[in-house]
Amino acid sequence: MQSGIDMARVNYGSAIREAFVYLLDRYPKVFVIGQGLWAKWYVGNSMTDLDKFYGTERIMDSPVSELACTGAAVGASLCGYRPIVVHPRMDFMLYAMDAIVNQAAKWSHMVGGQAHPAVTIRGIINRGGEQGAQHSQALHAWFAHIPGLRVVMPATPQDARDLLIASVLCDDPVLYLDDRWLYELEEDLPPVVECPLEQEGSRVVSRGDDVTLVGAGYSAWLCREAAAALQQRSISAEVIDLRVLNPLDVSTVIQSVEKTGRLCVVDGSWSSCGLAGEVIARVSETLSPRKLLGAPVRITLPDAPAPTSGFLEKLYYPTLDTIMETVARLVIREGVHAKAVD
Amino acid sequence: MDMDSFELGDLANPRCYTEPLDIGGCDPVLLRAQLRMMLLIRRVEEKIGDMLAAQKIPTPCHLGIGQEAIAVGVSEYLRPTDRVFGAHRSHAHFLALGGEVTALMAEILGRDAGCSRGMGGSMHLWGGSVGFFGSVPIVAGTVPLAVGAALAAKKDGESAVAVVYLGDGAAEEGSIHESLNLAAVWKLPVLFVCENNLFSSHMHISLRQPSNRVARYAEAHCIQAATVDGNDLVVVSRTSDDMVAAMRDGGGPRFLEVVTYRWRGHVGYREDNDVGVNRSTDLTLWKRRDPIRRLVDALTMAGGWDNHAFHAMDEAVKTEVEKAWQQAETAPYPPASALLDRVYAERH
Ligand SMILES: Cc1ncc(C[n+]2csc(CCOP(=O)(O)OP(=O)(O)O)c2C)c(N)n1
Repeated sequence: MQSGIDMARVNYGSAIREAFVYLLDRYPKVFVIGQGLWAKWYVGNSMTDLDKFYGTERIMDSPVSELACTGAAVGASLCGYRPIVVHPRMDFMLYAMDAIVNQAAKWSHMVGGQAHPAVTIRGIINRGGEQGAQHSQALHAWFAHIPGLRVVMPATPQDARDLLIASVLCDDPVLYLDDRWLYELEEDLPPVVECPLEQEGSRVVSRGDDVTLVGAGYSAWLCREAAAALQQRSISAEVIDLRVLNPLDVSTVIQSVEKTGRLCVVDGSWSSCGLAGEVIARVSETLSPRKLLGAPVRITLPDAPAPTSGFLEKLYYPTLDTIMETVARLVIREGVHAKAVD
Repeated sequence: MDMDSFELGDLANPRCYTEPLDIGGCDPVLLRAQLRMMLLIRRVEEKIGDMLAAQKIPTPCHLGIGQEAIAVGVSEYLRPTDRVFGAHRSHAHFLALGGEVTALMAEILGRDAGCSRGMGGSMHLWGGSVGFFGSVPIVAGTVPLAVGAALAAKKDGESAVAVVYLGDGAAEEGSIHESLNLAAVWKLPVLFVCENNLFSSHMHISLRQPSNRVARYAEAHCIQAATVDGNDLVVVSRTSDDMVAAMRDGGGPRFLEVVTYRWRGHVGYREDNDVGVNRSTDLTLWKRRDPIRRLVDALTMAGGWDNHAFHAMDEAVKTEVEKAWQQAETAPYPPASALLDRVYAERH
């Protein structure tokens, strides 16, 4: 209860639900379409019983028709509504690529800025648990590649709530990507203060001097955990949560690397043409090489689809240990931080 | 417009079609072999269900208990050179073609001896040697692929056919409708087998489609279709035999809608995991349309078959299933190198 503000403890999943409640209560033009919205297990605890409170006309569970549902939401958004489409897994959303990439993303520009699809497309990243290649993908980088689409990836319960609200209130099409691996994460949240999405960007979430760790979504959480653990090994890591992947703002990263001289980007997707490479490229374009104490590194998935076998899954996903080892190597290799060796 | 033809009518009413099958004119030896296959599929899936309950299987499994007659009936007249595709609920599709029980179990456990070499689990099965070209969990994902397999067969001038199993939910994906049109306009030898179990996960078909007979979509694309009791092995076998024969003769695509019901929840071992939908009354009724029991009753009535014979068969099947499970459980995992080695074709 700091500074007289009422704080409420929620987890990431229920924080998303709070955003839905906030929006549905206040904005009559908001409605939701997606699969599993009347079931309990599709989207974790993030939408529990919304159909009971707001009715099935506003919380529309749908046929297995990702393309038409997404396209319909884009269309309704052109007629004054603020629809949210929910795809319980990003993988299913690939059927909706035309509605997202050819239509929603292009609309404003194509019609001379005279119409804007204010649609929010929620894609859930859900992986592990031996679900295999078609139920595990994190394809945020694809969408961040597309001008006209805003892409957000919340890493904390507060962002899960507030960025969803900002996405829906934004006049542009927004891809809101939440991560099932964060749903249990808890935080005390202050009351909602609406904030335009246009003003949201990357953020330093913990200070440090030896190395800059960058991530988004679950990877940002991993970076924070790694920074805390690295402290015990006398390595001081600065952590940056990207939060918004498109338009991408790396000014915080550049400032940080100017100070630390070392950059490690973590991304829970593949390397090639990916988010980590993009961050490194932008830093390299801006910073003089003389400012760098070592070559930037990225930690990503191996270049393979997600395996099913639990044995291979363990090798597949980057962990806290992967980050710790990589960072320790980066810091120690450059010889600056001898005290890091214990 | 005749709206009646858009509806399943009694086929969707579990109080109907519960009597013993009409096996007149059937070969009893073949019927017993088919009964054994249905029983094998059921016991395999029950075993998988038990192992899911015991938390020995981490991968998601979609059980088709109650739907066994379909795969067994459809597979009867297929050849290893045909091309069969499945979806997320495909254990039966794989086994009915002669896929090995151990290979299925090992796959579900993520072992190298699995039918997809441990890389796929329950939802991604492969069985090239028996003509099983693959199953995937992206709903409707394999439907256009089967159309392509039929196109290849036609280009080759072979009499091979493609078969794809899809659900009533899959019929809601746009690619189904494109696929039906392509198959029709190019006269491709593909059999669409729509297992209409009235549900797509937690949602009854009445909440998803304006009428419940899926074959209407095929008819709209000028594809010859039939809608039959999917829990009647004899009817499923005969209808698919006729359809496959016509396709081999260059008759173009066919659409077989088989009405059935799954006894377990959408995913996992429980009967009641379809949260938000109370299926329990219906389920009790649908269990009376048990495809296995109806065949057993018919065989018993016809004579030369009794409870004793059934139990002997069942015991043998159960022993086979246990043995397969034990073999699978002790099989090694894929090597770590499999992660990268199996992404692209090997260069020889
Ligand atoms: C593209 C896509 N959308 C959604 C899902 C989630 N899902 C998996 S199975 C299923 C139900 C499909 O129902 P149906 O085709 O009738 O097959 P059944 O489960 O009844 O065998 C759904 C919606 C998915 N796997 N892929």
